[in-house]
Amino acid sequence: MPRVSFVSVTKNFGKHVALDGVSFDVSDGQYLCILGPTGSGKTTLLKLLAGLLKPDEGTIYFDGKPVNNVTAQDRNAVYVPQQYALFPHLTVLQNVAFGPLAKGKPASVALAAASTALDLVRLSWRAQALPNELSGGMQQRVALARGLASGAGLLLLDEPLGALDARLRLDLRHKLRDLVKQSGFTAIHVTHDQDEAMSVGDEIMILRNGKLQDYGPQRRVYRRPASIFVANMIGGASFLEGIVDTTVGETALINLRGGLTIQAPSKTLTLTDPVILALRKERVRISRDRLEMDNVFKGEIRSVRFLGNSKEYLIRISNGDIIASRQFAESEDGAFNVGEEVLVGFLESDALVFEYPAEGLRKELDVA
Amino acid sequence: MQGTKPEAANSTSLPARLVLILERVSARTGVTKGVYSIAVIFFILIVITPAIAGIVVQLFSLPSLALSPDVAKRMEAAVQWSFVIGLVVSTLDVLAGIPLAWLIVRNHGHWTTILDSLADIPFVVPTVALGFSILEFWSSPMGIAQLFGSTSLVSPGVILIMLLHFAFSFPVIVRVMVGEFLNYRESYEVAARTLGASPLTAVRTVTLPILRPGILAAFLLALARSLSETGATIVVAGAFENGTVFINNARVSGLTSAVVIASLTMIVSSLVVFGLIKIIAPRIRVLPLRVWPNLERKLSKSPVVATRNAITLIGFLVFVLLPCLFLALPAVEAVAGGTAIEAFAGVGPWKAFWSSMLLSYVIAVLATIVNIVSGLPVAILIARKRFGTRVAKIVDALVDLPIIVPSLALGVSLNFFWRTMGTLPEFWVILLAHTTITYSYFVRTMAASIQGIAPELEDAAKTLGAQPFRVFRKITLPLTKYSLLSGAILVFTRSVDETGATSAVAVNLKTAPILLVSWITGKVAVTPAERALGVGFLVATSFFALVILRLIAIRISARKVA
Amino acid sequence: MPELDLVGVSKSYGNIQALTDISLHVENKEYVCILGPSGCGKSTLIRCIAGINKPDSGKILIDGESVEQIPIEDRRIGYVFQDIALFPHMSARDNVSYGLAVRHAESTEITTVTNEMLDLINMRDRSKAYPRELSGGAQQKLAVARAIATGSHLFLLDEPLGALDAIVRAELRYELRKLASDLGLTVIHVTHDQEEALSIADSVVVMKSGRIVEVGRPSEVYASPRNLFTANFVGETNLLEGKVLETDGSKCTVDIKGHTIRVSGFGEVGQRVILSIRPEFVSLTTPTVVGWKGLIKQVTFLGNLNRYVVEVEGGIDIIAEVSTAEYSTGFRVGESVMLSFEDVHMLLFDYPGEGLEKEISLE
Repeated sequence: MPRVSFVSVTKNFGKHVALDGVSFDVSDGQYLCILGPTGSGKTTLLKLLAGLLKPDEGTIYFDGKPVNNVTAQDRNAVYVPQQYALFPHLTVLQNVAFGPLAKGKPASVALAAASTALDLVRLSWRAQALPNELSGGMQQRVALARGLASGAGLLLLDEPLGALDARLRLDLRHKLRDLVKQSGFTAIHVTHDQDEAMSVGDEIMILRNGKLQDYGPQRRVYRRPASIFVANMIGGASFLEGIVDTTVGETALINLRGGLTIQAPSKTLTLTDPVILALRKERVRISRDRLEMDNVFKGEIRSVRFLGNSKEYLIRISNGDIIASRQFAESEDGAFNVGEEVLVGFLESDALVFEYPAEGLRKELDVA
Repeated sequence: MQGTKPEAANSTSLPARLVLILERVSARTGVTKGVYSIAVIFFILIVITPAIAGIVVQLFSLPSLALSPDVAKRMEAAVQWSFVIGLVVSTLDVLAGIPLAWLIVRNHGHWTTILDSLADIPFVVPTVALGFSILEFWSSPMGIAQLFGSTSLVSPGVILIMLLHFAFSFPVIVRVMVGEFLNYRESYEVAARTLGASPLTAVRTVTLPILRPGILAAFLLALARSLSETGATIVVAGAFENGTVFINNARVSGLTSAVVIASLTMIVSSLVVFGLIKIIAPRIRVLPLRVWPNLERKLSKSPVVATRNAITLIGFLVFVLLPCLFLALPAVEAVAGGTAIEAFAGVGPWKAFWSSMLLSYVIAVLATIVNIVSGLPVAILIARKRFGTRVAKIVDALVDLPIIVPSLALGVSLNFFWRTMGTLPEFWVILLAHTTITYSYFVRTMAASIQGIAPELEDAAKTLGAQPFRVFRKITLPLTKYSLLSGAILVFTRSVDETGATSAVAVNLKTAPILLVSWITGKVAVTPAERALGVGFLVATSFFALVILRLIAIRISARKVA
Repeated sequence: MPELDLVGVSKSYGNIQALTDISLHVENKEYVCILGPSGCGKSTLIRCIAGINKPDSGKILIDGESVEQIPIEDRRIGYVFQDIALFPHMSARDNVSYGLAVRHAESTEITTVTNEMLDLINMRDRSKAYPRELSGGAQQKLAVARAIATGSHLFLLDEPLGALDAIVRAELRYELRKLASDLGLTVIHVTHDQEEALSIADSVVVMKSGRIVEVGRPSEVYASPRNLFTANFVGETNLLEGKVLETDGSKCTVDIKGHTIRVSGFGEVGQRVILSIRPEFVSLTTPTVVGWKGLIKQVTFLGNLNRYVVEVEGGIDIIAEVSTAEYSTGFRVGESVMLSFEDVHMLLFDYPGEGLEKEISLE
């Protein structure tokens, strides 16, 4: 029996449809990461689970029982907002002990739970501090401890690392996951940062404009994304427009503009279908000499982007299309320069083929 | 571990058990909604309906609606004058108050904090005392007239009324504008300056337009006070009649139909004027930018700013502070002269004085309690939109009603509703009148404060398992306790101060301000010393309230900085 | 041709020393990113440059001239705020033309320049919209256009992309950079995001606790940081504590809890050191080759790479990142592996006097 079940849930705010017929299951102890741009409905989803909002349609089940009419305080699902919502007038200890006390536990039990949680996040030494005396990272840990101490079992984290510096986020995201896993809680963690979503969750769910786009383990969602939007949202890719020319067995030949052809897996493509090809950046190789790959083109390096542990090259091929290639941990002599003529190539199996989107490519990739 | 221990949930003490029961009760569906509903019903039935229904029914119960021609003419002129005075004074208050508020906020330091407190004085000094003080300052031979070698600089009449209204509405503007400036995001103005705007241009084209809603609110508040004020206006009016003076005169002369018609006219006109301003003003388009860069640059320079500040301060001193504090002199003289001893002995007129002070305080305390208990749920309803946005907006507008409607007219209506339509004893009618008049102050203060608490705090508390009563007790209340205190003090001082409605309602019982009005206008014969001292005593209580309010405000801002 | 010089700039607020002795030279048309954790003083620094804050001491020179006495509005510096600060009561068009209007420019000039700006950011068709009706990314672009419209060539950007989603940030930063290049602007861009700084800056200035700790080109700062803080802050790295066993002048043999390694660098025998090796330079192979033996503790799939936490003897956790470009199945939890590092990628640092945690602390 899944721990949490969302069945065809819709939520409207006036004319705006925040969530549109969303359905998914979360199993006990799972750490689910929901990824989506601002305005995609992530916070609404969490609030519906928490009981702070009521669905207009559909049902939410906890352990098989419908909870639509169960109040937030009786649901045992702790909501941790982005700004942590630590009670400013209570000490760290009082904050963390709030949950058990609110549920009627004796003071001794509440204090014990609070102490354990504070030990877990390594903040026992700040038990008497007020929230505004702590740094951002510490406040985040207190908010987490408060959730863990409540004994609720389901943690709803709304952009838990959003208020922190980029570098701090890198450090804390793994610690956050470890802590949650250690305590055996089921967690639903919402974010707009795909690096975070990939590192932290067991599974990943993509939301866009209130609709569920994809849901599954990271590897599957990354390797076989359900749509162009998902491919762009996770990992990024180069997108090329083309038309299916012929299919030979498992391979399809796709015509790009300017007379170039690409070999791609044929799947269920029909002739003369307009399609979009997505290429993962790390799957595109560049070379000065030869490339033993199914698809090779000549091109010119248009720009080089240094990203620290990798470099991203934008190569313009003869028909004017731009292909991106990401080289990881590259050595200086292997580096390419702007203006250089190179060969760029990729395997047939790495060309992800999608139907041409009804609203056009630009709209499909729009995340603003 | 030091620090406050979380309370034991298994303690068997009575208060603890009571709290637990309340918590469990609050968890039941419909209980919280029920509490809000009761509070709203109380508000509508006890506060709003009598205020409007009374006068309407009275109108229909009049034998004849005819007024004699000169009474009708007097009334028309009086009502028009009320609005003219109100609009002129409010505009002047806004023009004078903004620079002072600016000065206070932008020059944060010790003496600006003192200035801030001084700006509150006219607000807390009871308006009767204010009227008396201003009368002495501008009209008597002991006042400013001395400097000019005459016996009186400004005689009682329309100008004096304007000076009075200017003074007592001034702190309202300053308070609101200081709050607006403090909440204002500095980056707008800095952005304008990085784009090349001189400080004056930036304030004129960016800051003030953005703060327009606040300025409008301050303006309307000042207007409401001006239209509403009775006691002090009577003291300084002399032979002149504005709306409230006319109604009072008509009441004293027994011209009931004139009283009713004038009251209704004032009520309806106020509602219309406020409604129009509220709807039209926000829609006025911000005009295309007209800039005079060189001129404004010159005007932004320090000498100009210093001059402006000097003028603001002098103006504040001469037109607001000195006139308000002037009564201190005669009061002190009276103490020195031995009148104080008589006062404390309860001799002569003092007997009546002390019993009216007692009455004032009793009513003030009761009104405060009723307001807190009945007003808190309504404040939460407005702030958190518990019944949806539309209901919140409607209740919000209704809560403003008692402020917009001139208190004397309100009193006439209430008097008819409770005494003629019902048969409530005078004490209770006075209490109800005070409750109605002060209701808005408490609800407004609390609603603003609750709105200032991030809803996430309550959300988090709920999902941690806290039932509604616990959320209120452990989160909402502690975070708004200072505002609760401020609101209570505002209600208390406003009630002690109340003259307008009370004068329409009180026949035999006299509250302190009513009594003092009769002392000052000579209806009751007292010596100047006695008069000064009586006013002085009334002021003293309000002074303590002011001190407490200031301390609270300092605590709140200290917390914000921390 | 704005070039900027900061000489010994210091500023304190009460007992807090926000800036200590900041000296920096920015060339004409250079794009400089000031990178550092929250509270390091980066915002205070650019506010001093803009004239919003006054430094306690030191000089700020634009094109060789001191600007201390010049008020904000006359410094002719474009500024983009962290909270965007678009005027809510003005339309997009009026916002953009504000800078020109307050200088009393000719109305024809105002219209022309405003249209140019709106075209630059592709918002001509939304010129009548109010800020609250626009998305975060659109608002940000509008704020930039508004600053550019004044014709300034020196720009200060305070976390200009901070309020945006990760994916929008990653796209917009390149647009911002291109705009700066096309218009020949000198830019100082403040951020806490090291990937942002590395990808678009000509020069990166790393700040910590009110001081500049390092200046250099992105590739230099990343590959050869001169101090531990920079090594840890700009990108991830493994920091291994050890002791120098032997040295021959140019190379040392370092002992790390029983594992030895030879690395270039100077150190005295017995000296405590920290070895820094970035995760992408930790090679993992099956246990047949020479190296350190370890056990895979954790595997995280990150799309374009796999992140491994490897535990080696002595209780040390080493993070390795391996590209998924090759379709190798990768290693699994519990598998034995061999780690090796190349000398050229390893950096040696003195053990910091105040302890490692304090030195690299981000808060």
